Amino acid sequence: MCTLEKRGNIYLLTLTGSGEHRFNPSLLSSLRAALSSLLCSSHAPNSALITCAEGKFFSNGFDQSWVRSAPPSQHRIISDLLRGLISDYLSLPMPTVCAVTGHAAAAGCALVLAHDYVVMREDRGFFYMSELDVGLKFVKYFEVFFNEKIPDNQTRRDVLLRSARVTAREAMARGIVDRAAQGIEGTIEEALRLAEEVAATVSDGSKLAEKRKLMFSETWRHVSAAGGSKL
Amino acid sequence: MCTLEKRGRVLILTLTGSGEHRLGPGLISSLRSALATARSDPTVAALVTAGEGRFFSNGLDLAWAKNSSEGLSTLVRLVKPLIADLISLPMPTVAAVTGHAAAAGMMLAVAHDYVYMRGDRGVLYMSELDIGLPFPDYFMDLMQAKITDPRTLRDVTLRAKKITGTEAKERGIVDKVCQSASETVAEAVKMAEELAGRNWDKGVYASIRLSVYPKLCKSLEIPQESDEAVRKHFASRL
Repeated sequence: MCTLEKRGNIYLLTLTGSGEHRFNPSLLSSLRAALSSLLCSSHAPNSALITCAEGKFFSNGFDQSWVRSAPPSQHRIISDLLRGLISDYLSLPMPTVCAVTGHAAAAGCALVLAHDYVVMREDRGFFYMSELDVGLKFVKYFEVFFNEKIPDNQTRRDVLLRSARVTAREAMARGIVDRAAQGIEGTIEEALRLAEEVAATVSDGSKLAEKRKLMFSETWRHVSAAGGSKL
Repeated sequence: MCTLEKRGRVLILTLTGSGEHRLGPGLISSLRSALATARSDPTVAALVTAGEGRFFSNGLDLAWAKNSSEGLSTLVRLVKPLIADLISLPMPTVAAVTGHAAAAGMMLAVAHDYVYMRGDRGVLYMSELDIGLPFPDYFMDLMQAKITDPRTLRDVTLRAKKITGTEAKERGIVDKVCQSASETVAEAVKMAEELAGRNWDKGVYASIRLSVYPKLCKSLEIPQESDEAVRKHFASRL
């Protein structure tokens, strides 16, 4: 589902396999388990995390086939797990870089935006909030998160209310993505470069995490359950 | 006061006549009625609003209010549900700003999802500072929702800047600039047709618009669904 490796002072979290990396309880729990090892332990200063994926897709969102097979009372499990995952990223005591190595859609876009920095593949792949096309509404924490992460009116309108398929170049022009690169490897390499640059400036990760939660205080309020975010 | 014309799945609402299309009780009521028609017609999938003549709308009907504070507050009170109607309309909306849009008239324009404007003449202008009137709270909430560049918002509200279509496009208020009033309408209708062609679920569209503008919808007293209702909707669609 995912692997966590260390390259020098940079942690690399990879969504593995050639599939769509759709969010079901297994994948979300694996991601949270990987991040919990970074949340709980103390690390060397000047670390950073990169999240990337193998194959054509970064993540295509929630696993609809899992949802269809689960009883309605359990549907909110994956929504709550994603909420917890976002709270994990907000709490991470190091800078985070998303290497969008393939298509990101719907909840997959939320994972992208949960990072401090975004490097996106420019030769193929879209950032695509498909919910309007598919006919899905937003729960509150999701809405709050996108409002805090995409404050520009026209951009947020195009992404959410027009279900636009945004390329890396457009995403950069509109402030969603920081850098673009060619190919999967090129995207990861650029992400490594960016991660090294920002890691060099952050020696106290816990202070970074506090500031991040303050910067996105409304999102933090909605994703951190009272008394802790583990579900 | 206003007419409705159907072109395919697009409803075109036109503020008629060569006057200033000032928002008084009569025009506000006609507009709300037109929007109710759009809302209730299942064959309508997008709305375009345009104006005849030199003006899109020059704002509240101050002459009707006779510059009395009661008259003014009545108009402010009447315009709020009109703006709410637009923000809650279950379909994409495109404003074809065919002439000057000032004060409440500019609010009417930016309350649409997309704003197309002519570049050859006409300005967007929040005149309130110049004429000594306050902003109703919901005007500021609407501007803060739609004009998210801080310097642009400052120029609009604290400098009462008259902004041409071209400048408005550069500054993120307007989506497309056209060469004339008729081209503005034609392009707006084309955009509306494209949006209608996406065949979006109307209830979902309305819900997502509220998610894009949560603070504004609270200001306009538009109720948002609870998470539980959203989850039920999700389950019903599987």
